[in-house]
Amino acid sequence: MDFGPYLLLATMEGAVGAAVLALTALGLSLVFGVMRVVNVAHGEFFMLGAVIAWWVAHLVGAHPALGFLAALVVAPIMVGLVAAVAERLVLRRLGYDPEATIVATIGLLYVIQQAALSTFGPDARPVEPPVDFRILLPWFGYSGYKLLVIAAAAALMLCVWWVLARTRVGLMMRATRFDRETARAFAIPVDRVYGGVFALGAMLAAVGAVLIVPIQQAHYLMGHDPLLLSFIVVIIGGLGSLRGTVLAALVIGMSDGVISVFFSPTLAKILATLLVAIVLVIRPTGLFGARAA
Amino acid sequence: MTAGGLDRAALLHLAVPALLFALQFVLPDYHHVNLARVMVLASFAAGYNIVFGYTGLLSLGHAMFFGAGLYTAGLLAQYAGVAAAPGFVLAILAGALFAALVGILALRTSGVSFMIVTLMFAQAAYLALHYFGDYTRSDEGFVVPAELRRLFGLALADPATRYFTALALFTGTLAVCHAVARSSFGRVLAAIRENEERTRMLGYDVFAYKLVALALSGAVSAAAGAAYAMLFGYVGAGLASIQYSIYPLLWVLMGGAATVLGPFLGTLAMFYLVDTASGFTSAYLFLVGLALIALVLFFPKGVLGTLRERALPWLP
Repeated sequence: MDFGPYLLLATMEGAVGAAVLALTALGLSLVFGVMRVVNVAHGEFFMLGAVIAWWVAHLVGAHPALGFLAALVVAPIMVGLVAAVAERLVLRRLGYDPEATIVATIGLLYVIQQAALSTFGPDARPVEPPVDFRILLPWFGYSGYKLLVIAAAAALMLCVWWVLARTRVGLMMRATRFDRETARAFAIPVDRVYGGVFALGAMLAAVGAVLIVPIQQAHYLMGHDPLLLSFIVVIIGGLGSLRGTVLAALVIGMSDGVISVFFSPTLAKILATLLVAIVLVIRPTGLFGARAA
Repeated sequence: MTAGGLDRAALLHLAVPALLFALQFVLPDYHHVNLARVMVLASFAAGYNIVFGYTGLLSLGHAMFFGAGLYTAGLLAQYAGVAAAPGFVLAILAGALFAALVGILALRTSGVSFMIVTLMFAQAAYLALHYFGDYTRSDEGFVVPAELRRLFGLALADPATRYFTALALFTGTLAVCHAVARSSFGRVLAAIRENEERTRMLGYDVFAYKLVALALSGAVSAAAGAAYAMLFGYVGAGLASIQYSIYPLLWVLMGGAATVLGPFLGTLAMFYLVDTASGFTSAYLFLVGLALIALVLFFPKGVLGTLRERALPWLP
């Protein structure tokens, strides 16, 4: 294959990764933005979404598309419930203290990981893609499902944006994020907003996982990379800035895909993590933080 | 602080190593090895405690300092035939230097940013171990041959020598932590933990104090890492993974942050809790996770911290 088509393939692969990453990171960013909580268990919500998707698709059994659609509904709801329970039982009791919540979500990470290992097992298991067609380009055929993933992720992000910017619930979230005390004074149920936001963040990760699972297989350790990449994205994009998060997800996801194709993926990750550390040291608000916060 | 209080504290800290010394004659083989391991890991936890407990900095990257010691001693022995004693000294220097370098960058941030920066540096170091997998053998790791693991002519692979060396290391770190806790340096660190701005206003160079604390913590952690490589003969990237950044946090939280004996108590308790649990279930991560959540929810001061608050105010 010539260099041109090769680059095109790398870009397309990068775009799929970027789309899912943007969804996952958006969840993390939302939680951090509104609640000021760094959710270390975010990657495990992602993993949980993928594992539940496998269960659901397996149980439904009929046509792959049917199982997949069922998973797309069931997995985020179940993950959202787990997150809501964790928020109610643990995070709220800690008063959302930043350091204590980090330790608690690390604990949550282990509990969820172990739960998946004990029930789902150590094997990676695939979910069949709901559609099976290939788009034939002049140089290679490309999975139509991957393009669907990009479209679905984009649509979902537009939805989140619409909820945040145009609805009453979104207004409550933004008010809570802006000033918790004043929001409470205006009779906004801050506790319920926090619970909802934490669940919503987890659900976004779960949706991302359901979308990726026909491409990547479900595995109990799969939450690690999305967590790290989401951290990177949220920091580069500016802590709590949604626009920055999406933009950074596209840049990081695309470049991760492209660099991984041409160079060593390990080197790409080393460079990305070091870059994040340096960005945080030099500009604690992130690259886009000051503008879009 | 009365003279009596000081005596009691000093006596207690002499009693613990003395008890450990006596225990080796009665312990069965299995617990003999375990206790040697616990002492080495407790030294790591004690190093972590200097930063987390006394200075109030939550680092999520201490595995890189443990790993710095582990790999400095291990690689030097493996590829350059360096003996245990100079390897140990070089490992401590490497740990201190590495921690100081990380600190110069990471200490410019605080709170949540500091955690993430340390996490990211540790992750980059962990990935670098994989990148240079030809030498480090990545997750698989390598075994340091027994003939290289000798200290002053004694074979470290021998159980009795191993126990003694671990005890010596542990007593050493205990002495260092005790000295830090009692010194004016330690008091400034506690002041930074309680109120950083006020300490700055009083004229202390907060950044310099934090940097020295981190370097000291890195040196102690690296000493534990080097001892681990030399005593148990195994060097692998798993020992520098994120898990080994979280373990010392868990051990210190359990035993009691900012107490001298807390890290040892926490390591001992957690080690045997996991050891007992793995007897009838492989799901020991549940235990680690639930312990973290329960500690931070119900018991944030740990065993010794609570004890100090309730009954023994003289406990250092």
